[in-house]
Amino acid sequence: MASTKYKNVYLTDYYTIVGPLEKEGRLRGYNIALDNYYYNENTFEKAEIKMQKVVIDNILFKNGLRNDDIDLLVGGDLSNQISVTNYSAKNFGFPFLGVYAACATFPESLIIGANFLDNMAYKKIISITSSHNLTAEKQFRYPIEYGAPKPHTATFTATGSVATLLTKVPGHIKIESSTIGTPIDMGIKDANNMGAVMAPAAALTLNRHLQDLKRSPEYYDLILTGDLGCVGSEIFKQYLKINNGITLKNYKDAGCELFLEDQETYAGGSGPVCLPLVLFNRILNSRKYQKILIIGTGSLHSSTLVNQKNTIPAIAHAVSLEVVR
Amino acid sequence: MNIKEYQKLVKDLSPRENRLKNMAVAFFVGGLIGFLGEFYLYLLTESFGMSRADAFSWLCLTLILLGTLLTALGFFDNWFSKCKCGLIIPTTGFAHSITSCALDFKKEGLITGLGANFFKLAGSVILYGIISAFVLTIVRVMLGG
Repeated sequence: MASTKYKNVYLTDYYTIVGPLEKEGRLRGYNIALDNYYYNENTFEKAEIKMQKVVIDNILFKNGLRNDDIDLLVGGDLSNQISVTNYSAKNFGFPFLGVYAACATFPESLIIGANFLDNMAYKKIISITSSHNLTAEKQFRYPIEYGAPKPHTATFTATGSVATLLTKVPGHIKIESSTIGTPIDMGIKDANNMGAVMAPAAALTLNRHLQDLKRSPEYYDLILTGDLGCVGSEIFKQYLKINNGITLKNYKDAGCELFLEDQETYAGGSGPVCLPLVLFNRILNSRKYQKILIIGTGSLHSSTLVNQKNTIPAIAHAVSLEVVR
Repeated sequence: MNIKEYQKLVKDLSPRENRLKNMAVAFFVGGLIGFLGEFYLYLLTESFGMSRADAFSWLCLTLILLGTLLTALGFFDNWFSKCKCGLIIPTTGFAHSITSCALDFKKEGLITGLGANFFKLAGSVILYGIISAFVLTIVRVMLGG
């Protein structure tokens, strides 16, 4: 069974940092918003490492914790060999598990963290994720200053980093249950239409979550997918309706919520940081929702395999959160 | 839902590119560059007394310089993605691709970074340019030209 219920796991605190475009975007209330992509470093990769270090430092400081209070750091990012997370993790002396699930990294690290907390003697776990538009552009697409025209189905990798502190101390946000996804490949080869690549994975995980826990979609006040984008979320709704007979009413996609329409981000935001930014800075801030299901979706491709004309597999992981006021 | 049905669903729900508009933009921007180029040629031949062949070389160099400089200053990519083939087809596209690669890899060393990746995008243009020139030359010789 891919779904697990947790007895006693809480998302105690979070800390967010974003880049310049997100600062001008639809959401407000980030802890730190940067004015440029360099963050006083000389490369974009170093800037992303610094963003991770700053959010981890701040979450420790905010909660009065020392480095040896943390039992585990779990997380990842989009860079090859998750090098950004490895380079930030070396600074803290925490036990560290690096994970890669592309843009589903945030829920994957929450699931790992929650399982360790619920079943073992772990007390405090930090989960970390980040993405940087320009490091991702360089790695997955074209050189940064190359103005290759993009189709309207393309998404825009968000810049930012989010650290969350997971503990067993009862608080406002309870991690109630989770479902681990299965990779699925529906024959899409277009890396500029990742919404279409990931939509079936989101549907598969949602369907399994609802069946495993014997729930209906109406059980949740909100179902929030990670970064299907405005095109992918429509495909997701249609696919879910035709394939699984589920019609969603209480549904949003984080990629569609992050940027304003005139910011030229094509089909919306993407990247592992997209989901937590929208969750913490819009959904939880609004105080409208009690039961929230987040589904992070990841496109599991590399430029090499796409250039070799392979189809792209995708994965989605779901985490159910309960907000207690 | 099988893979075929899904691909049809994706095709139906993905927005289509406005090709007519893209073509019109490329036509007018490319045409404008051509027009300005002709004017520049006229200026060089008439006012500076250059031969047309010399003037053409100067025109090429000026376009490459402008493409490179504007890329390095950071705003050519925005025009480029809007004007599409209008700016890709002239020499400006070639200059833009080389400069953007150089900027991307300048921190990774002069040999392993900048040198190794300088023609990452432009390499195709050079390779297939040479091959097509070779093939067309053979065709021309065979036709007795």
